Amino acid sequence: MNETVRMPVNHIQAIALEKSYHKGEHRVPVLCGTEISINKGEFVSIVGQSGSGKSTLLHLIGLLDSPDVGEVRLEGQRIDDLPTRVRDELRNRVFGFIFQFYHLLPELNLLENVLSPLMIRHPAWRYWTRRNEFRDMALHFIEKVGLMHRLHHKPSELSGGEMQRAAIARALVAAPEVLLADEPTGNLDAGTGEEIMELLTSLNEQEALTIIMVTHDPVIAQQAHRTVRLVEGRIELQQERSGATGHEISCA
Amino acid sequence: MYKFLLCVRYLKTRYIALACIVSVMLGVATMIVVNSVMAGFGNEMRDRIKGILADVVVESNSLDGVEDADYHMQLIRDAAADDIEAMTATVEVYGMLSFEYAGQWITRPITLIGIDPIGKSKVGPLVDYLVNTDAFPTVDGEIDGWALNSAARTHRERWKRHREWMQQQFRADATLQGVPQNTASDSQIVDSSPSNAVPPFADTPPFADAAVSSSPQADSQTQAIAENDPFADDPFAGTGPAVATADASQPLEGRLYLGVGLVSFPYEDGQTGEVKTNMMVQPGDDVRISTVTAGRPPAPAHFYATVVDVFKSGMSEYDSSLVFCNLEHLQKVRGMIDPTTQSKAITSIQIKLKDYSRADEVVAKLKALFPPGAYSVQTWEQKQGPLLAAVEVESAILNVLLFLIIAVAGFGILAIFYMIVVEKTRDIGILKALGASSRGVMSVFLSYGLALGIVGSGVGVIVGLLFVKYINTIETVITVLTGRPVFDERIYYFPEIPTQVNPWTVCWVAFGAMAIAVLASILPARRASRLHPVEALRYE
Ligand SMILES: Nc1ncnc2c1ncn2[C@@H]1O[C@H](COP(=O)(O)OP(=O)(O)OP(=O)(O)O)[C@@H](O)[C@H]1O
Ligand SMILES: [Mg+2]
Repeated sequence: MNETVRMPVNHIQAIALEKSYHKGEHRVPVLCGTEISINKGEFVSIVGQSGSGKSTLLHLIGLLDSPDVGEVRLEGQRIDDLPTRVRDELRNRVFGFIFQFYHLLPELNLLENVLSPLMIRHPAWRYWTRRNEFRDMALHFIEKVGLMHRLHHKPSELSGGEMQRAAIARALVAAPEVLLADEPTGNLDAGTGEEIMELLTSLNEQEALTIIMVTHDPVIAQQAHRTVRLVEGRIELQQERSGATGHEISCA
Repeated sequence: MYKFLLCVRYLKTRYIALACIVSVMLGVATMIVVNSVMAGFGNEMRDRIKGILADVVVESNSLDGVEDADYHMQLIRDAAADDIEAMTATVEVYGMLSFEYAGQWITRPITLIGIDPIGKSKVGPLVDYLVNTDAFPTVDGEIDGWALNSAARTHRERWKRHREWMQQQFRADATLQGVPQNTASDSQIVDSSPSNAVPPFADTPPFADAAVSSSPQADSQTQAIAENDPFADDPFAGTGPAVATADASQPLEGRLYLGVGLVSFPYEDGQTGEVKTNMMVQPGDDVRISTVTAGRPPAPAHFYATVVDVFKSGMSEYDSSLVFCNLEHLQKVRGMIDPTTQSKAITSIQIKLKDYSRADEVVAKLKALFPPGAYSVQTWEQKQGPLLAAVEVESAILNVLLFLIIAVAGFGILAIFYMIVVEKTRDIGILKALGASSRGVMSVFLSYGLALGIVGSGVGVIVGLLFVKYINTIETVITVLTGRPVFDERIYYFPEIPTQVNPWTVCWVAFGAMAIAVLASILPARRASRLHPVEALRYE
């Protein structure tokens, strides 16, 4: 275990994660003994070939799925084996997820989609009484991602990039501690992508938001504190932004 | 919060949900309509079954009857004076009604009831059912239920004149041919050996004269043609008042109210298609009644009586079997008047109660009073128990069948919901990824089901009630469209479809439908709640 960390507390820790999918009789291993530790307020980007298991790793960390072997820890506490209800709470309050394929609710318009984590968090009555406050919060982030002109459009009426930005706003509105972003700039032009990165970086710096971002774009990846390369389910390479010294971590 | 929002959005955007709503709606509407019509029918049936019956009847088990009506009525009054509003003594006996129509003698089995019309109308509706009058006629300042009204009188006189004329013609004809008229043996010869027949008899079927003499044919003058009367050699023909009455326009001593079904038949007017009733006997006609005397053993008794009016209670069982006769005359004919004491026997006492809900107590008291071997004491409901029970059983079975319809709608909802859940799999994954709990996801679909149930049964209740309200208009429209009457008056006896909306039934049906909608959504909702978020997200 690599102990050379910048901050003393590991915010998120994945220990010897193994995950495989079953394709009929065959077992398809995706992750084999992946280890990663991320400090509070750290901005980590994960790169790797398509199919190397980046999304799977994010799902495991974000409690969308549970590992076959291994542990996921939040502030030193194991969270992957908690009861379903607690994990639901954690997903809603601690993690913000930006999906690779946006995953907006097709029946709701953009504003409602952005508000949906808050609707889920609060009981109907409480939500109703605080709806204006929530609406302002949502509008704040929608403005940040530059979609103020699309508030009442359904996802089917948005472009891929717009949907992606809506998904980013949705992930941020819930004020998460950890942002799990699966290719948040994948569908954006360079300019817009840059704006989004600025938004993420500023949130990371001002609010100490822990960010784990998957990307294929080396330029974008460079803006993180640390870049992790995933090869065939293992962390192959960890690279600090300042230092060019990469060191390999072997699969157990 | 998201639950309601999604619920409403799913309702608005899924047209397939409309199918659920429609099926719930149809089920609810059908239940309400059928229940209302059944209740309407049931009520109407009850009214009709009650019809002419009295609340409570004390009957002697023997047709001979029991002596002394006043004594019995006094006993009853002593036992339950507070509950009794009115009483009347009657004689009930079986018999046959014969009358002529279109050259034929028609005979019907009847229940003959000797009544006092005034007394009878105090214990139950009678005068309301009479077809030709609204009130009993008043004769010399006194109400006489058995008096002929003027129309019946005119009818009777016309017939008398017509008959006399026909008889003169016939006699003249016969004298011309030289046929002896007076002996039965002559006609016997004629009938048995047609080869010897003289022209008028050979050409005339045995009942040809009946066609012309029709009903009022029982006075002394008809004796001339009595050879061809099938009842002519009947030794009891003479017991009727027929011979005694000199003036045929005067009604006979025996007077009758006939059930309309006994002497009429419905037919469809060839041009208009309207259903009309053809009366075979008019008030003022004479008909023949055959019954048994009260002797031991009973002997046959016959008499002619004048029809005063026809009644229509609306209950075909009564209208096609009951004949009311004047009580004294029936007692006389049946030999129920004791020659020495002049005490008149009766077979039953009809009682009207002040409060029918106390019927059971009154029956219990009277049962204690009258030993069950010789008397039976019954409420009208007990008398007509099987019929009333049949109506109830019918509506119960129908309700069960209809509930199956709603259950079918329930399975429809289940299937459609399953489809919606499958279609929404990815959304469910998203909701779960955003932290929605399984219970939350489940409640989205349960409240979706409930919403469908509420909307469906709400619309169903409205549609059902409107349908019930305008059911007769709808019936007319359907009749016009299909050219085939849906609700045939001839069959049902009601001029229009009776309905009665029971608010409780409506509530039950509506809540039942909602419950079924929720129940049907439980299974799909559970499936939705158990979906694995990542699997669901990957679902295409
Ligand atoms: N539900 C599943 N069933 C079977 N195989 C799966 C499933 N989910 C992922 N996989 C497999 O796991 C592997 C890793 O998938 P994953 O989505 O994590 O890749 P990725 O690194 O995110 O790729 P990309 O850069 O294209 O998004 C792939 O080979 C994929 O086929
Ligand atoms: Mg991926």
